[in-house]
Amino acid sequence: MTRQLAPQPPAKTNRSPGQSGKVPRRRWTARSRRDFFVFLAMALPNLVLIAVFTYRPLFSNVYYSTLDWTLGSPTATVVGLGNYVTFFSSNDAPKVLGTTAVFTVVTVGGSMLLGLLVALALNAKVRGTTFARSAVFAPYVLSGVGVGLVWLFIFDPGYGVLAWLLRGIGHQSPQWINDPQLSLVMVILVYVWKNLGYCAVVYLAGLQSLPQEVMEAASLDGANGFRRFTSISLPLLSPTTFFLLITTLLSSLQAFDLIRIMTPLGTGTSTLIYEAYLQAFGAYNRAGYSAAISVVLFAILLVITVLQLRFVERKVHYS
Amino acid sequence: MTSLSPVSPDPSTPAATPPESAPVRDRPLSRRNLAKTVAGGYLPLLIATLVVFLPLLWMVLSSFKQAGEIVTTDLKIFPESLNLENYRTAMTTVPFGQFFLNSTIVTLAGATIKVILAILTAYALVFVRFPFRNFIFLLILVALMVPPQVSILPNFILIAGMGGKNTLWGIILPGLGTAFGTFLLRQHFRTLPGSILESAEMDGAGHWRRLWQIVVPVSVPSIATVALVTIVTEWNDYIWPLIITDRPETMTLPVGLTLLQNSESNAAGWGVLMAGAVLVIVPILIVFAALQRYIVAGLTQGSVTG
Repeated sequence: MTRQLAPQPPAKTNRSPGQSGKVPRRRWTARSRRDFFVFLAMALPNLVLIAVFTYRPLFSNVYYSTLDWTLGSPTATVVGLGNYVTFFSSNDAPKVLGTTAVFTVVTVGGSMLLGLLVALALNAKVRGTTFARSAVFAPYVLSGVGVGLVWLFIFDPGYGVLAWLLRGIGHQSPQWINDPQLSLVMVILVYVWKNLGYCAVVYLAGLQSLPQEVMEAASLDGANGFRRFTSISLPLLSPTTFFLLITTLLSSLQAFDLIRIMTPLGTGTSTLIYEAYLQAFGAYNRAGYSAAISVVLFAILLVITVLQLRFVERKVHYS
Repeated sequence: MTSLSPVSPDPSTPAATPPESAPVRDRPLSRRNLAKTVAGGYLPLLIATLVVFLPLLWMVLSSFKQAGEIVTTDLKIFPESLNLENYRTAMTTVPFGQFFLNSTIVTLAGATIKVILAILTAYALVFVRFPFRNFIFLLILVALMVPPQVSILPNFILIAGMGGKNTLWGIILPGLGTAFGTFLLRQHFRTLPGSILESAEMDGAGHWRRLWQIVVPVSVPSIATVALVTIVTEWNDYIWPLIITDRPETMTLPVGLTLLQNSESNAAGWGVLMAGAVLVIVPILIVFAALQRYIVAGLTQGSVTG
């Protein structure tokens, strides 16, 4: 299985079959003219769609973020950086950024750590690992809305399974949804449940590509399993760890479905993406303010992506 | 990370003997060996599988329970009968049949167009000469990194302005451009031997014929991967349909489930909500069970988003 964190930029030497004709490249021959139009006919629809619905919004957001504008209203006032000033000087910034940080760090750390443990279990030489691998991966492909509802029922303080288990050991179920701290804990737990299978499968692929000879040699030298794991497996898995760190970081920062369905008001769970949604489409219809928060989120995602590209170029090698 | 233990969550296994490498020294079926295999090999697998399946099983069981079986302090694991009342209630409280139809249309139309666009773009990027071809590919790669969530407000304003609110095309259109599929197929097309295409070119086959008669038939597994991943993401897509629809006639299943959640907000409604969740989750679970190899490969292959 080939994994690439950042697909390499196309190598100059790698000429595709289409280029191998003997027609001189610079001349506007009948063939190259035909190719020009064939390319446009084939690629243009997709490229236009990407330009309009992926690239244009980035610029529109920057523009909207300079407006004091109620969504649906025909008029807007230009406020320059006013929305950013409001965000960073109000209580919103520490609250939203703090929630985002906690949610991201704990879900990334949790799903990677548990994913690694599950990968080790899946790497055992026993029957049934193929089935278990699929089972563990399954939540990752399921609807966040459906999954969120199922867990909301499990966490229900009155009639949920968890409340019943807690009663069994003599405790009252806490109010998971109304308590801002507990609601964040609840959403984090479900998010990790849903995403750890992805980490497990990627780690498993990493584990299975480790060189067996090195492991056997270390084993002969008397290194026990734990030692072999910490001094050989883990360092050799570092490209996989890095890949997962970036991918889970990016998707955690975009988590929406579970937060929306489990805590619609965002009590304690309002991350950047959710706050941007609430501001524009919740009660306030503050389009300009929402756009400003989206720009902040995009800036963070951009920094991560750039760091990743630079780091990958230098340090991480994929065969 | 040095405190990591390679063992399973099972506390009875000592840290020094990780399951995957315990050397076999006893007779294969000795009791000690058997215990070791069970504790180190099967038990962690079993726990991991149960952690995934029990909540889903609970969903299915609860969807058959009457309100009286749910609103009770002593937990009943199995429903008294396979009662379909909750499904009927879910269907009549909100137009679930309509949601199902809408989701199917959106998923099939969206996925079909996306896969075709991805095939065409990837072919053009690999096999058709064009200036700045690599730069165009780079722009597609960057688009792969842009999360759809930060685009919802500008796209909402654009689509609503075009009259796409509460329409199926309004749901489908913004997601049609496909960076993911294009990227995956381009990487695959580049591995195809140039010789087969050159000989077809000699025979006078144009790009169109080369694409559909040679490139597509030999790329079926990759195309299937892209198609399945696209189907799964379209089916589960939530934030965009949630924003662009507010009337039940055009809602997709996940959005409709939110509507159901609002109208079944008391404890007695859990059974109905679980029935709704089953209707959303089970179709994808079936697709996944049948074709998981392609889906897992597609989703873990170097991309950030679907």
